[in-house]
Amino acid sequence: MKLFYWGWLTGAILGALWMLTVATTIAVVMSFATGEAFRPQLWYCTLWGLVFGRPYDRPRSLLINVPLFAAVMGYFSNYQIGSLAFDADIFSPSAILSILTLSLAFLGGMRIIYGDLPSGPLTRHEFEDAVIRFLTGFGYIFFTAIVAIPFYVMVMTSLKNQQQLVANPLDFSLDLSQGWGLFRSYVELFRDFNFGTYLLNSLIISVLTVVITLAFSIPGAYAVARLRFKGQALFSRSILLIYMVPIIVLALPIYIAFSMTGLRNTFVGILLIYPVTTIPVALYMLQGYFRGLPYEVEEAGLMDGLSRLAVIWKITLPLALPALASVSLYVFMIAWNEFLLAFMLLDDPSKFTLTRGISSLNSSEIPRQHLMAGSVVATVPIMALFLGLERFMTKGLTAGSVKG
Amino acid sequence: MTPSPPKGMTPLARREARLAWGLLAPTLISVAAVVVLPLLAVFWISFKPIGLADLRPPQVLIRESLRDRDGALTVEYRLRNSSQDVEIRNVVLTDTLPEGVRVAGALPGPCHLNDAGLICSFDSVPGGFRDRLRFAVEADDPEHAEELVELSEPQIRGTAPNVLTNLTFTTENFRKVFDGGQFLNVLGVTLFYTIFGTVGALVVGLMAALLLNKSFKGQGILRGLYLFPYVAPIIAVAFSWLILFDPFSGSANALLIQMGVTEEAINFFGEKPLALIMVTVFEIWRYFPLSFLFILARMQSIDSEMYEAADMDGASPFQKFWYLSLPQLLGILSVLFLLRFIWTFNKFDDIFLLTGGNAGTRTLTVDVYEQAFAISNIGAGAAVAVVIFLCLLLFSVFFFRVMSREEGL
Repeated sequence: MKLFYWGWLTGAILGALWMLTVATTIAVVMSFATGEAFRPQLWYCTLWGLVFGRPYDRPRSLLINVPLFAAVMGYFSNYQIGSLAFDADIFSPSAILSILTLSLAFLGGMRIIYGDLPSGPLTRHEFEDAVIRFLTGFGYIFFTAIVAIPFYVMVMTSLKNQQQLVANPLDFSLDLSQGWGLFRSYVELFRDFNFGTYLLNSLIISVLTVVITLAFSIPGAYAVARLRFKGQALFSRSILLIYMVPIIVLALPIYIAFSMTGLRNTFVGILLIYPVTTIPVALYMLQGYFRGLPYEVEEAGLMDGLSRLAVIWKITLPLALPALASVSLYVFMIAWNEFLLAFMLLDDPSKFTLTRGISSLNSSEIPRQHLMAGSVVATVPIMALFLGLERFMTKGLTAGSVKG
Repeated sequence: MTPSPPKGMTPLARREARLAWGLLAPTLISVAAVVVLPLLAVFWISFKPIGLADLRPPQVLIRESLRDRDGALTVEYRLRNSSQDVEIRNVVLTDTLPEGVRVAGALPGPCHLNDAGLICSFDSVPGGFRDRLRFAVEADDPEHAEELVELSEPQIRGTAPNVLTNLTFTTENFRKVFDGGQFLNVLGVTLFYTIFGTVGALVVGLMAALLLNKSFKGQGILRGLYLFPYVAPIIAVAFSWLILFDPFSGSANALLIQMGVTEEAINFFGEKPLALIMVTVFEIWRYFPLSFLFILARMQSIDSEMYEAADMDGASPFQKFWYLSLPQLLGILSVLFLLRFIWTFNKFDDIFLLTGGNAGTRTLTVDVYEQAFAISNIGAGAAVAVVIFLCLLLFSVFFFRVMSREEGL
């Protein structure tokens, strides 16, 4: 390890790695954006990184460095680094843009990664700091890419048509001249595939699930959190056990029972099952929150002659509103996203939820931009809720299983 | 008399306990009905020789018609046993003859008339039974006789043995499940998926948490973005992955070919070892946000003074992570590991949507579905479900040991 504690060596290696990261990123981004062929030249990138990656004691301004570096790189690379189109020429706008971005990202990134790294011998601290800054930069790019790409593909596919998709699977550039024609798949979904009904069904079922879950879990959670009774400890411990029973194990007998009693293909049947899958976790989340509320307020209420139920209604619930919001969101999300039970218990297209409706689009006869448009329709509402109420949502997710 | 503390429950305590059970009752009842009852049912069914077709009990199907052959009217009942091999006993057919229609000739053997109308009874209707009952009638108004006769629906009753409720049991289902090398194969796939999926999601989540454990502009946005895979509907993201990695027109393949990584398109979800790796990667991708969220929450509650002290002592960043952060995170990591382990073990939708259990990705949960619905053998599916449940019982014993230690529950 001692060997690496030299500024120029660490710098060169980090430089090469950073160059590879940036070049690959830009090649992927440009490919996805334009559909043209971009290929990072790994050996050249390593070389450029090694040569220019070393820290300088007196760095020049980026304003001078970036164009200089881009020019040199463009000249020497024989257009290998930024754009290796089979016949793309170096002066095409996308090639120039990518070379410039590459230079800026590389030099700017290196400037941040080095901080005030000397080019001479390093202490362990300085070395590790530089490595960590590189890893951080790499991490941001990596995580953003893996999260964003599937969603990007989902949205963009839904806006294309079959020929465009087959002709060049990489080409996600949009033909904006079509105007509203871009949303053709969505119009067809709602007009020919009844997605309006599915959307409404999903909404009704999810909201009712939330209401039923709260109605059941609030009294239960209060009892577990506040009242003394035999088996209280056992109860609060085993409530999560139910969460560990796999749905598929339950789905089998439920399917049989529903087939025999005619509850399949009914909202009632679905609403009998959905809340029970969410009640245990809601109860667990709420009892944790109720325990954190000051008991004195409730005692004062009891002293003043309120009954227990009145105390819950007038004191505990208003205090627990943020927790109720979190729980409601979380339960809504579970019900909205639920697929397996809807898939097994609903066969009648007029009763489909969104997830069940999407799975019915998964056939070779239906073009896949419809499938993706359906996915977008199911994803957007939950994302909007999530982003709008992110604070509650994150709290709900964390409280869902672990305290503090 | 010396004062002593009250023995047993005071009336107040008794009232409180009663209220508590009252408040818990709806939850307990619903959970018992939807979780406990089906679980018991699964055990019961797993010992039953039952297929998908047996869900509808066999019955005698009947069709009535009135024929007019040159003024001679005949009523005809066509009877059929819906099952090919199950006998139905004590079958009774009843039908009323409308006013103005009278029986004219001899009734067939099993039938007789009484005040209410026609009654035909059979002691036993064997499997695959088909028969016609015919007799002549005369009508006041032959023109409308057909409508009149068909207006009254014939009623038919019979008792058939119900495979679900009778007392025939078999261990055939379990033998089928355990026989052959397939079970070991399924178990192996399940373990690979569960272990690597769980550990992967934890490690990736830890990295993401380390990345965001500092405050900067846009931290909230990134945190929200990194939760997307978990929040989005499973069906939407699964299909996006399928389309992204499609072997014929997927963008991922196009990208890889263009970058020179591979010569020809890779069938990511269709080849034997690769499909299993891909579904595991998908599992990691979808559930890293959850561990990321928990780990981040724990990290932000670690006392910063400790790090200041470490700084004074000259600890390097990696040392601080290894000797300070990691031990602090061990609790949450072990809890998350167990929770995620069990949930990944239970996971069904992901693999079902991505590969349908093909190409060497059949886990135990997918096997339940395949046995019960693809091969239509519900008994065998239930047997696999029992195996899953027993595994889980084992896990949860272990889980509660660790959970009580870490959480003080």
